[in-house]
Amino acid sequence: MPVEQIPYRQTGSLVAGNRLLAAELRAGQARPDRADALTCGHRACRGCGEALAARWVVDAALRATANRLIAVNATGCLEVFSTPYPESAWQLPWLHSLFGNAPAVATGVAAALRAQGRTDVRVLGQGGDGGTVDIGFGCLSGMFERNDDVLYVCYDNEAYMNTGVQRSGATPPAARTATTQAVGPEPGNVFGQGKNVPAVAMAHEIPYVATATVADLRDLEYKVTRAMDLRGARYLHVLVPCPLGWGSEAHDTIRLARLATQSGLFPVFEAEHGEVTAVTRIRHHVAVEEYLRRQSRYAHLFRPRERTDVIARIQAQADRNITRYGLLAESAPEEVS
Amino acid sequence: MLRQIEGSQAVAAAVAACRPEVICAYPISPQTHIVEALSATVKSGALAPCEFINVESEFAAMSVAIGASATGARAYTATASQGLLYMAEAVHNAAGLGLPIVMTIANRAIGAPINIWNDHSDSMVMRDAGWIQLYAEDNQEAADLHIQAFAVAERLSVPVMVCMDGFVLTHAFEEVDLPGQNDVDDFLPPYRPRQFLDPSDPVTIGAMVGPEAFTEVRYLAHVNQLRALDAIPAVALGFAESFGRATGGLVRPYRTDDAETVVVALGSVLGTLKDVVDELRDDGLRIGVLGITTYRPFPFDAVRAALTNARRVVVLERAFSAGTGGIVTADVRGAVAGAECVTVVAGLGGRPITRASLRRALVDAHGGRVESLTFLDLDLRLVERELARPR
Amino acid sequence: MDTPFAITLGSASSRTNRTGAWRVERPVYRDLFPPCAAACPAGENVREWLHLAQDGDYEAAWREIMSVNPFPAIMGRVCYRPCETACNRGQLDETVGINSVERFLGDEAIRAGWTVSAGEATGRRVLVVGAGPAGLAAAYHLRLLGHDVTIRDSGPEPGGMMRFGIPAYRLPRDVLDAEIRRIVELGVTLELNTRVGDVADIRDAEGFDAVFLAVGAQLSHRTYVPAGDSAHILDALSVLRRTAGGAPPLLGRRVAVYGGGNTAVDVARTARRLGAADALIVYRRTRDRMPAHESEVTEAEEEGVRLRWLSTIAQADEGRVTVERMRLDESGFPQPTGEFDELDADAVVLALGQDSDLGLVSHTPSVATAHGRIVVDGAFMTGLPGVFAGGDAISGDRTVTSAIGHGRRAAQAIDAWLRETAVEASAPVVEAAFEGLNPWYYTDAPRQHRSKLEAARRTSTFDEVVAGLDAATALFEARRCLSCGGCFECDNCYSVCPDNAVIKLGPGRRYEIDLEYCKGCGLCAAECPAGAIAMIPEQRLEPS
Ligand SMILES: Cc1cc2nc3c(=O)[nH]c(=O)nc-3n(C[C@H](O)[C@H](O)[C@H](O)COP(=O)(O)OP(=O)(O)OC[C@H]3O[C@@H](n4cnc5c(N)ncnc54)[C@H](O)[C@@H]3O)c2cc1C
Ligand SMILES: Cc1ncc(C[n+]2csc(CCOP(=O)(O)OP(=O)(O)O)c2C)c(N)n1
Ligand code: SF4
Ligand code: SF4
Ligand code: SF4
Ligand SMILES: [Mg+2]
Repeated sequence: MPVEQIPYRQTGSLVAGNRLLAAELRAGQARPDRADALTCGHRACRGCGEALAARWVVDAALRATANRLIAVNATGCLEVFSTPYPESAWQLPWLHSLFGNAPAVATGVAAALRAQGRTDVRVLGQGGDGGTVDIGFGCLSGMFERNDDVLYVCYDNEAYMNTGVQRSGATPPAARTATTQAVGPEPGNVFGQGKNVPAVAMAHEIPYVATATVADLRDLEYKVTRAMDLRGARYLHVLVPCPLGWGSEAHDTIRLARLATQSGLFPVFEAEHGEVTAVTRIRHHVAVEEYLRRQSRYAHLFRPRERTDVIARIQAQADRNITRYGLLAESAPEEVS
Repeated sequence: MLRQIEGSQAVAAAVAACRPEVICAYPISPQTHIVEALSATVKSGALAPCEFINVESEFAAMSVAIGASATGARAYTATASQGLLYMAEAVHNAAGLGLPIVMTIANRAIGAPINIWNDHSDSMVMRDAGWIQLYAEDNQEAADLHIQAFAVAERLSVPVMVCMDGFVLTHAFEEVDLPGQNDVDDFLPPYRPRQFLDPSDPVTIGAMVGPEAFTEVRYLAHVNQLRALDAIPAVALGFAESFGRATGGLVRPYRTDDAETVVVALGSVLGTLKDVVDELRDDGLRIGVLGITTYRPFPFDAVRAALTNARRVVVLERAFSAGTGGIVTADVRGAVAGAECVTVVAGLGGRPITRASLRRALVDAHGGRVESLTFLDLDLRLVERELARPR
Repeated sequence: MDTPFAITLGSASSRTNRTGAWRVERPVYRDLFPPCAAACPAGENVREWLHLAQDGDYEAAWREIMSVNPFPAIMGRVCYRPCETACNRGQLDETVGINSVERFLGDEAIRAGWTVSAGEATGRRVLVVGAGPAGLAAAYHLRLLGHDVTIRDSGPEPGGMMRFGIPAYRLPRDVLDAEIRRIVELGVTLELNTRVGDVADIRDAEGFDAVFLAVGAQLSHRTYVPAGDSAHILDALSVLRRTAGGAPPLLGRRVAVYGGGNTAVDVARTARRLGAADALIVYRRTRDRMPAHESEVTEAEEEGVRLRWLSTIAQADEGRVTVERMRLDESGFPQPTGEFDELDADAVVLALGQDSDLGLVSHTPSVATAHGRIVVDGAFMTGLPGVFAGGDAISGDRTVTSAIGHGRRAAQAIDAWLRETAVEASAPVVEAAFEGLNPWYYTDAPRQHRSKLEAARRTSTFDEVVAGLDAATALFEARRCLSCGGCFECDNCYSVCPDNAVIKLGPGRRYEIDLEYCKGCGLCAAECPAGAIAMIPEQRLEPS
């Protein structure tokens, strides 16, 4: 988020609605009249990061489009917990088709709107990491390549949660999932090559690519708003901790996202037309261990004996991100001060 | 307007006359000529406002159509064979969502072994996908069926597949009376869905339905399909009144009234069959033909009515279920009571169905000399050689 | 068919699913006691008035202070700031400059002429003996409560040690006068130059319903220092008193001050201002054990005051003192070493502490004393019913702040006693510990320091040394407060709930949990910067 010059504040824009800021500088989510597009009664687990992020994203998109918005959802937790018949939690026109086709369905919606001359209505596609980086990858790339007028948001909880926490292409190394169990000499997920979909999106040189987390929701809101200012294919990759899949406390959801960013494991940045334009610096640098320890999916790295070798490899990944994105650059202005 | 025209071009012209708003497709033989022609029409601006989306797969093609249709746009796509299977999940989904998409299937065999030629294996796979399936006998009908398809689909909120034999029809030049734009406009009003994705009236489409209501959802789909048994003839009748041609409908009996033996078939083979039947009639054999235009929903009553007097029914199948036999036969058996019902599998993977072979088979069948499952022109030498190979 | 399929749903129907039933813990908004307030001897609710100041409503902030303490401008100068020592922000970067904001508000009030008014008259009469901070604070609160108050003080002007002890360069007299005047103008009868001889007598003779003794500790503590006849030995209090009275004593060029408390420091700094080229503080122990406040020692050093540790004055003679070097034993007590040094000194000022003159109760045996101080109960009442005492005259910290606290609490006790009710026992408080906060949300904000007069001018005049903050910096400083344990309406809870189960009630009205939908994830509590939300186990009825 760009540096806001806000004099005299105790919390700046880190909190949602610092009462010391002018109303227009507060988060949309601080407003009493916010849309709550994902309304209560939905069946997400306690402390679900995906549910939290989705409300921020959809509300922000609604605000940016004066409520002229249609959402397309891939199969996954978000879809399942929001629309078990006969209940729907959605306050906007919303379509779920399949697990792997949300970007293409969104393209179809956009095409229809264009044909109908309803170009004031905008399209939001959304899905989990599985629906995005794995099974929906082809459709996503097609949507990017054609530069269809869709903002696609991936809620990355780093596994197939809805089906019971199986490994996805976004599952980090060493993490335990139902299909990468913590057994054998190298427990948990393999150290693969990784699948950096934001970078893949950037390689398509689409107008806008950004990452965000539930640890900096104002930044998330800003990025949705920014994305809605633009036309063409836009991609937002949001890290959303999942208490069930990560084996973390429900109240730690935001803290974990924070630790992911502050350790450098999850770089937060913005890119336009393939070039990085802004990076959120680390405010309080922490070792990856602090992040890993709070999640039972990494428990085998600490018990029965501490796998310092594995932790060091994960640390190296974080360090690489730090260098690569300049997450600790000294001359950089602090993001929100 | 009568024109000597390739089947694909005729279909493309008919589809264009329906003023689709979103067309998306992925190339596969023998469907390509249809969408190539449409892409040119859209690109020229003649079809505006219409979007032609070049997608990255058939799965995406159907998905784009789903999105577009749910947004209230008239959506069209076309595919064949592998492409149809590649989009399978979305095909079922479109029907489940009740979206009136129209799709042309340029019927082609399914690999392996890979084979680009015509049979009905592809669309038969999708017979239970919840779509209405119409089979064209010739290019005139193929063109006309698309216009009728949109009318039926949009009336019932059910997607429709128009199946036309690959190459045999798609690539054949025949004289076709191309429907005029004004006539089509009169016949087919703009698509006005009852519910679609609209910010002014938000709806949730595609909710998850559990055991408590899934049966009901399927039951409703069934009821809806049954309505098609009324809607399709009604639309065909209307079409005939407007265009002066009787195409479409449920079934097309030919010389069945007094026939002892009736051959049931779908698609372009009907033309040859009728010729053979005429010859056999001349020879004194009481043989008739029942063409099935609407295969899904299966018009049990119409089939039963056409077959009441038949003693023997021969189902000429352009696809079959290995280990089981005829696919259409199973449906036909459900419609006839007393008659003996045999399957003749013919024309797989593009093998020509010659008059001579047909004639032989029908004579045999009429004489009660064919087995319940027969493969027309089976190369026994080849088969036996393979069977003899040690395994 | 109205709708094509059963799968097309209208919106908002998920509200029928009451997810509140999933809860095993529920969030509860709470108001913890911030450490600053807990540490304030005057009992100020620091967080509350900082909160008001943050919004720029200085008058409301000032009134919040005034509800407890009638001397914001004075406290903003002389308080030793235990609140800041306790302030949680110290664990983040630097403590909040509470005191400087308080001073800003106090000065602002004087500038703007804000006043308070007395309570409805009760007709009860209270005598306050002593016009120091304890007596004045008690008088102030008693007037707010509507009682008739007479203050008697033996001195020529009110203020007690604030006037005759604390030098003007730390507490300008116009500030002192302004805040005292505001109290007197509440309708207090102030009788100066009037020593109260015997409490019981006066009470009975003049028919006071209650008496508050706030006589302070006005006598310099005496220690025997062997001295030659012509040695020039003075006590700190008289030096300060005479300086304050405009007739400073002659001290000479070199002054040795004996003692390590604030009085010693003040007297050394005063000596510099009175022309001493060399002011030396002689103290038995080491600097870190000095009772004087660190900042004042630093300021004294800046002004050229020298300090000599681990030394006692063994002998004073004309122009000269002999000091013995000390060393600290294992328990930290200074022990003589038998090594001596001679130093030049034209005068020796003893600053070894103060004692109370308890003559006014010496004829009243029911008023017990111990260690030179009046004994009181928890309600500040002495052994003689209706006679109360506080400030330096009773045991406890000897600071203006604690005297003010005594004055207020004694006034409440007197009021309760007059009404024959009990003082409402305050509920036990839970302190907002730093660990309970979520400091992530606080931006880095360096403390705004008050500027100081240049050292050169400080040694020649009694001008105030430490300047106040201007409005901008005071506001900044107020906004550095973390609002420990108390909601400051940051909207975090409202915005981080994944179940939209926090209801925003509007500015100043805070929030409410929608228990119909709250699943009890605890994100609101975890992400509340101020620790103002607790998760408590859900009480469910066990199926019988
Ligand atoms: C040099 C010096 C500097 C200090 N600096 C600070 C500081 O920076 N910050 C701080 O918090 N504290 C400071 N203190 C301590 C602080 O001044 C006292 O703790 C505080 O003033 C005590 O208030 P009090 O009302 O109890 O008594 P006092 O302020 O001592 O007032 C007692 C009053 O009672 C009067 N009195 C006494 N006996 C009688 C009688 N019999 N009849 C009538 N009147 C009588 C006296 O004349 C006097 O006016 C300092 C003290 C000194 C000596
Ligand atoms: C084609 C297909 N394959 C598999 C599934 C089963 N499936 C449904 S949701 C899901 C996992 C979703 O994971 P993700 O996209 O990461 O979303 P999450 O539930 O984690 O939010 C899977 C595997 C499916 N519905 N469709
Ligand atoms: S499994 Fe994870 S992503 Fe799914 S609802 Fe639960 S917390 Fe959310
Ligand atoms: S931060 Fe504020 S509330 Fe907390 S201790 Fe300091 S002054 Fe008090
Ligand atoms: S999170 Fe913010 S708004 Fe909510 S209770 Fe805490 S301080 Fe108040
Ligand atoms: Mg996932």
